[in-house]
Amino acid sequence: MATVEVTFTPLPAHVRTARLVATAVARRSGVAETLLDEVRLAVGEACSRAVEAHRRYCPAEPVRIELTDLGGRFEVVVTDAAPPEAGPDASGFAPAMDTAAVSATNGGPAPFHPVPAETRDGAFPAAFGLAVISGLADDVQVSSTESGLSVRMSWPASPTAG
Amino acid sequence: MALEDFVELKLGHHTQDGIEVVDVEGEIDVYTAPRLRELLIDLVNKNNYNLVVNMERVEFLDSTGLGVLVGGLKRVRAYDGSLDLVCTQERILKIFRITGLTKVFGIHDTVDEAIAARKAEK
Repeated sequence: MATVEVTFTPLPAHVRTARLVATAVARRSGVAETLLDEVRLAVGEACSRAVEAHRRYCPAEPVRIELTDLGGRFEVVVTDAAPPEAGPDASGFAPAMDTAAVSATNGGPAPFHPVPAETRDGAFPAAFGLAVISGLADDVQVSSTESGLSVRMSWPASPTAG
Repeated sequence: MALEDFVELKLGHHTQDGIEVVDVEGEIDVYTAPRLRELLIDLVNKNNYNLVVNMERVEFLDSTGLGVLVGGLKRVRAYDGSLDLVCTQERILKIFRITGLTKVFGIHDTVDEAIAARKAEK
């Protein structure tokens, strides 16, 4: 099992760097070229959400990403350090958003509904990004940890030589 | 080429057949989307209420970018206007499908087609 860890200051400009690193490691881990765009977008969404949470609650704390080649699967974990009391509701998540609603194993359409036109200008709620992730990643788990919210997602990968 | 030298987003606009066409090139994400939002707001403030956003050269679009496009649509609709998209790239279209926004935006293959469709509705 090989893991790459990245931490970055919660600035929007660094989200692109995180996407690039994740895509490179995914390719190295044997994720099919046809899935790399999904990895890039899902990691970008998770990092954007984490950056927003950090900028609001803990701008001095870095966002953390773990990219792991599990030998047959490529796993990404994006963990924020926003305080537990700043949980989903307080940090802009949709009130009804819960882990069960986000968890999904692909093979069918994502558990998501069309966006109402009255969605606030310029930014969707953070839960919107999580819903997008659920439509992209092969498997998604969102959980609260002692350090913050953790978004774990994975895709199939061909075992590599290492 | 260093990462910081990469041009993340290029924006331009021109008038074609009375419709303002916004040309977008590069990546629309949490970092760059505010620039697109500012341009759309500026165009509406200058009485351009029928917009076509050409996304044929967009390499990446996330939910922040979608939010900006929906915001632009809201603004022009307040003036009985329109905001249509030009996009044929499957990797970009996928996020519109996942979110159901294909039902909200008119999405066309070419700028000419988008303009013709808008003219036909008027």
